[in-house]
Formats: sequence, structure tokens, C-alpha cells
Amino acid sequence: MNKILKYVFYDIIRNKIVLAYTLFLLLLSIGLFNLGGNPDKAILSLLNLVLLTVPLISIVFATTHFYNSYEFMELLVAQPINRKKIFLSEYLGVAGSLSGAFVLGVGMPVLLFGASLTGLYLLLTGIFITFIFVAMAFLASVITRDKAKGIGIALLLWFYFALIYDGIVLFILYTFSDYPLENATLALTALNPVDLGRIIVLLNLDVSALMGYTGALYKSILGSLWSVVLAFGLLLLWVLVPFVSSRRIFSRRDL
Amino acid sequence: MRDLSKHTTFILATLVLLLLAPLAYGSTLRVCESCEYTSIRQAVAKAKPGDTVLIDGGVYQEHGIEINKPITIVGRNNPVIDGNFKGQIVTVTADNVTIEGLTIKNIATSYTRDDAAIRVIERSNIRILNNTIQKTYFGIYLQNSENCVIKGNTVIGQDVTGLNESALGNAIHLWYCDNTVISNNRVEGHRDGIYLEFVKDSEIKDNLSQANQRYGLHFMFSDRNVYTHNIFRKNGAGVAVMYTKGIRMEHNTFEGNWGAAAYGLLLKEISNSVIRNNTFRRNTTGIYMESSSRLDIKQNEFDRNGWAIRLLSSCIQDTFRLNNFTGNSFDVSTNGNPTMNLFEHNYWDKYSGYDLDKDRIGDVPYRPVSLYSMLVEQVPPSVMFMRSFMVDLMDNIEKVLPSFIPENLVDEQPMMRKIDYDNDRKLTQVVR
Repeated sequence: MNKILKYVFYDIIRNKIVLAYTLFLLLLSIGLFNLGGNPDKAILSLLNLVLLTVPLISIVFATTHFYNSYEFMELLVAQPINRKKIFLSEYLGVAGSLSGAFVLGVGMPVLLFGASLTGLYLLLTGIFITFIFVAMAFLASVITRDKAKGIGIALLLWFYFALIYDGIVLFILYTFSDYPLENATLALTALNPVDLGRIIVLLNLDVSALMGYTGALYKSILGSLWSVVLAFGLLLLWVLVPFVSSRRIFSRRDL
Repeated sequence: MRDLSKHTTFILATLVLLLLAPLAYGSTLRVCESCEYTSIRQAVAKAKPGDTVLIDGGVYQEHGIEINKPITIVGRNNPVIDGNFKGQIVTVTADNVTIEGLTIKNIATSYTRDDAAIRVIERSNIRILNNTIQKTYFGIYLQNSENCVIKGNTVIGQDVTGLNESALGNAIHLWYCDNTVISNNRVEGHRDGIYLEFVKDSEIKDNLSQANQRYGLHFMFSDRNVYTHNIFRKNGAGVAVMYTKGIRMEHNTFEGNWGAAAYGLLLKEISNSVIRNNTFRRNTTGIYMESSSRLDIKQNEFDRNGWAIRLLSSCIQDTFRLNNFTGNSFDVSTNGNPTMNLFEHNYWDKYSGYDLDKDRIGDVPYRPVSLYSMLVEQVPPSVMFMRSFMVDLMDNIEKVLPSFIPENLVDEQPMMRKIDYDNDRKLTQVVR
């Protein structure tokens, strides 16, 4: 398994796209930290970046990579190797290299310019989001054999989690504004990993605004260490669910 | 020569009178362990009008000291009066009394009597200077008194976390007192730091009010007062001012007032007043305004608040000019459509317009109320979606094609750069 993982890793690095991704993140975060002057503000802008571009790039890159290495996987399947192992090493190879790029590109500037608890949460959130969206990309790719269709599904997934979901929830909140919605909102945000990650960082960032009204309630529910652990646990669940289901499909289906 | 001798007599007489002056001023009664008087109450009872009671260092277990003649009480070497939680400690029932340099402590919470460390009842020209008051129910309590000075006192109660409002008194409490000066005091750990009710034409300056259970400063029906250079920090609900007109608040700092119902400054039915050069930093709400009209809010600094200004629709004819808004989660929010308020020449860090003619004033108007802030006002749980991409998108679309946000809440001439009040006087003069 280590050998396959190594091969996948080399393949990705030779590809140079990950290298470009690292440079892009690095330039952007260094630029943001030098531009604003205020590290809080830079972390805020980085949060937007992490929540928008990282899922997009992860999901698109992972989907295309999966389809591109289809022949290689077919070759491996012909050997006496467990399919689950092949799938796991493919997944770890892609997710690992992308999150490595993220740690280099965003983590280093954050450590250099704005090392804080918020920065750490931002990093952890970014890594989790990478893993989650790579898993989703693999799910999209095993569902269909058609490359164009697969990328389409992946993009739709990204669109749904990054944009549409929040719109739907806001609409629901607005429609049912006469009812006590505090706990419902909390449950709804747990159903979207992007929102979950955003809230973990936000609870440390927009402290003043969140101290008002319902914000205070969320702060008391989510502000403690225990609940941060719980939130990251939920994110882990978000990694596991798409990964396990796609592995199931991959190991059962006729290639 | 006759003229000269006449003058000499006159000068001599003056000199003699000057020499005798301290005698007329009164004698000094000393209180200490080895002195003629060992208790303050004794000395006060013996003192004649105009005398000075000098209290030397040591601990005096006394309460119920009534000062019923115009005398001066001075503490030297930090004397401590310990009330042992038995009742009110100093009651002033005479005019022209000075109380200086004492440490007064330990008064029990009582729900039937408002026991205070120093209470003044219907008197005038009282001076309360440089005292330290610890662990009392009320600190300094003035009722129906005029022309008093409360200066340089430290009033420290207890840690108020988890305590009920009714179990605490106020540090400095004034009721029907005109022309009072309250300055350089430090008050903390009480219900309200400074409480004024029906107090007119007074001056409140250079005070530090922090860590109080409810408000740092609380006043009602107190017209024409001046508040300058005070610091209000980390109070339960900030500063609340109500039903008043003609006040001036300048160079004050409101910071760290956090909580579900906390404000930097809460204004309710305030009119014809000036709020200038204040700093609002890290409050849940910088200024909350309800039914307030004709206010001049100018050159203030709003930094990192949740809401910089919450302007309810009952406010009219308020002007906001030359203020700096930086790092606030929401700049201005409102619950309806307030009319006839003017925003002009403010600096907004969220402004993204341009300045073609280089006059440092943006060419595109800025709308400080965002669609999302109105949504949060209506549906509080949606605060969880702050900084979501969807929300940013909504706000930007609304900015291009405003349809929901109040049309007249707009800064037609926003500043391009942050206004620096120390170095940029020329600019502010030009703009003025």
C-alpha cells in the first residue's frame, strides 16, 4: 500500500498543478497579511478564501485526477491487491498532497504573521475541508464512468455546499422567523461542513457581534473547548461518510 | 506725615487680622489612639463650626457618625473606619462640610435602608475628596444637595459576577442634586458606577468606571450636564442615558461592554445633545439609539464593535459627521426606515468607492446599512451566517441595486481615508 501511495504522490507532484496551488495560496496569504496591517483582518479574508477556493480546487482537482488515473487503477486491480487498499492510497495521496499544499501555502504565513488560536482553527478547518471535498470528489467519480458527468456532479456539490445551502437555510429562517429557531439553526449548520468550519473560526473572530442576542447563546454552546472538539468530530464524520460510501461503491462495482 | 501714619495703622491692622485669621478658621481636634479623642464620633460631637477634625492612622470600629455642623474632617496616614456591617457610617446633615483622605469600609446589603459610606442629606457645598470606600452597599449617596464636589475617590465593591441587580447598590448615587462636580473618581464592583437622577448643570469628568454589574454611568432626567474624559470599561450593560436634553459627552472611552444586552452607550429619549470625540471600542453595540432626536454625533471612533450604531426608526434629525468606522461587524443597523438623519463625511473601512477629483471625498455614496444586517435584526439566529459567501453576495447585489435597505440612510460624501484628528485638522476644517 505504501508503494502505491508513493507512486500516487510522485505522480501528483510531477503534475505541477499542486505546486502552482501552493504558490497561489502562499502569494495570496502573504499578500493579505502585508496589505491589511491587522492580522485579524487578514485572517478574515483568508477565511473567505479557505471556504470558497479550497473546496473548489480540492473537488475539481481530485475528480480530474481520479479519472486521469483510471487506467492505472485498472492495472492495479488486475494485480492481487485489495481494492480497498488501492482506493485508500489514491485518496490519501490526493488529499495528503492537497492539504500539504494548504499547510505550506496558508499555514506558514499564518504562523509567521498571525499565530493565534484563531489561526490554528483556520488551519485545521482548511485541512478538514480539503479531506472532505476530496472524499466528495471521489464519491462523484465512482458514481459515474463518464468524466464530464463526474466533474459536473463535483461542481454541483461544491455549488451546493458553498452557496445554495446557505441561501436555502436563510430562506427557511426568514420564513419561520416567528418560531424559536436557535437550536434548529445550530442543527442545520452541522449539515454543511463549510458552515461548520466557518462557525468554528467565527466564534473566535467576530466576538463582539456574537456576544449579542442569539450570538451569546451560540457562544455559550459552541465556545467551550468540548464543543470545539465536537465540531471537529462532526467534520471528521463529514470526511468518513463520503469516503466510506465511495469506497463501498468502488470495491463492489464492475470496472 | 499724617497720611503715612494713617496708612501704617491700616497696614498694621491688616497684618494683625491676617495673623489672627487661622484662629477664626477654627481649632484642630486630633483623633488617634494616644490623643485626647480616641473615637471620631466623640471628636465630631465636641467640634465647633469651622473646626478641623484630624484623624491619624489606625483602624476605628465605628458607624453612625453624624456630622451636623460645618467642619472639616481630614485623615492623615490612611485612617480606616470599619463599619463592621452594622449600618451607615457617615451622615452629613450640615452645609460646608469637607471629608478628605479617609478609608471607609464594610456596610451590609440592606433591602429596606440604602446604607451608604457617606450620605449627604439636603445640604450644599459639601466636598468629598480622596477617600477610599470598600465593600459597601452604596458608596457616596447625595440626596437633594447642591454645589457639591466629589473628587479623587476610589469606590470598590465586590466581584459582581452572578450577583443579582437588587443585591447591589450604586457607587456614586445622586438624586436631585444640581451643580455637582464629580471628577477623578474610580468606581467598580457596584450596580451602577455613577447614578444620576434629576441632576442638572453638573460636570462629570476624568472618572474611571469599570466592572459594574449594570451600567458604568446611568442617568435620567439630568439636563445640561457635561461628561468629558471618562472611561467606561467592561460594565454589564455599558452606559445608559435616558429622558434628558442638552448634554455634552466628549472625549469619553466606552470599551469592552459585552453581553446579550450590552451597549457602549444606550440613548433613550435624548435630545439636543452633542456626542463628540468619543471612542467606542469592542462593544456588542457601540451606540444604541431609541427615540433620540437632534443629536450631533461627530468625530467619534467606532472600532471593532459588533454593531457600531443601531439606529431605531424612532430617531429623527440626528447628524453623524466625521466619524471613523473601522473593523465593525455591522456599521449601522436599523429596524425600519428612520427619516431625516444625516450621515456625512464619515470614514467607513468597508467603503469601496473611488475618488477621481482627489478631494479625499469618495465620489460614490456609501450605504452603511447592509441587507444582511436588516435580516439579522429581523431574524436573530441568522447571525450564524455571518461572513458566509452567500451573505456577501446578497449584500453586494443589494448595494448595486438597492431595494430593501432604507433609501435615505446613506453617506453621500464618505471620506477616502481614516480621519486623524491630531494631524488632519486642516482637512477637517476644510470639510466643516
